Amino acid sequence: MAIFYIYILLLFMIIAAIIAVETKYLLGAVICIGAVGFGASIMFLFLRAPDIAITQIVVEVLGLIILIRACISRELTFISGPREFFGVVVSVVIIFVIFLAGIRVLETLPDFGTAIFAEAPEAASQTYIAEGLQKTGAANIVASVILDFRAYDTLGEATVLFTAIIGATVIMRRKPKKLLEDE
Amino acid sequence: MKGMTIIVKTISSWVKVLIFLFGIYIILFGHLTPGGGFAGGVILASSYVLLMLAFGREFAEENLSLPVASKLDCVGALLFGAVALCGLLYGAAGFFWNFIHQEYLVGTDYEFNLVSAGTIPLSNIAIGLKVGASLFLVVLVLSMFRPDTSAEDSNEKE
Repeated sequence: MAIFYIYILLLFMIIAAIIAVETKYLLGAVICIGAVGFGASIMFLFLRAPDIAITQIVVEVLGLIILIRACISRELTFISGPREFFGVVVSVVIIFVIFLAGIRVLETLPDFGTAIFAEAPEAASQTYIAEGLQKTGAANIVASVILDFRAYDTLGEATVLFTAIIGATVIMRRKPKKLLEDE
Repeated sequence: MKGMTIIVKTISSWVKVLIFLFGIYIILFGHLTPGGGFAGGVILASSYVLLMLAFGREFAEENLSLPVASKLDCVGALLFGAVALCGLLYGAAGFFWNFIHQEYLVGTDYEFNLVSAGTIPLSNIAIGLKVGASLFLVVLVLSMFRPDTSAEDSNEKE
């Protein structure tokens, strides 16, 4: 029964994504992107991944606030004009190539909604699940993976966030010339 | 009067405490229940963003100003690096070695308690501090930013 709800959610997300691309209003497009994100969050809950669902929904809320805040302070919310022919051709070609590659790759994936470690007895995740509680003491296996077994990944993620904040604060400071003159 | 109407202000002044508490809970219990440093940090940041949306930017800046937030960001990053380096220094077993669990807690039945899992809760706290402060900084910096051409008419929208 859960797979039935997931297909309904997938249909909802695909419709919202198409509306987000095709609508002329910027604010409507942003809200449709938010609908896609919330659908993904509920879908993660159905797929029994509550960690990802929590992260997805909180990031979606914050990102939606930032995007709406950026949208409503602009005067121009209409996008008009004919599409460029060259750009359309390039997009269609790239989508076709990705589609051809995706046919080959998606055949090797497990069925939708089933875990990948069920089909790979040699995978490293088998060790994490079997010995995670023993080796790290964390009852939440996701925490033991992202902060113990694969902590370098988290270090890289923290570095990316740190660099992004430095870039944002440097580029968007209020009075750059005045600050430089004071010093 | 800056910010939104009195209804929004009253509700958000109650709700912001609960959101902040929920973020702390998600961070502290990250090694036992779903959640963790990143999700909890975003919830902490969103409680301050709620404050900023309801009461205006100046009120949020009085509570958590930009220099303080950037210092908290750096403290979180340093704590995470320090926890990782401690594993290297303690037994020379490697960067990110879970030394507290491996040395003191292994073999005991602490496993489902709040104090368990060695360095994982410490890393969770560090990452929560870092993510919360930096995402609040993003919203603060974006709301401070004014392009020079629309400096006049954006003041009354604030």
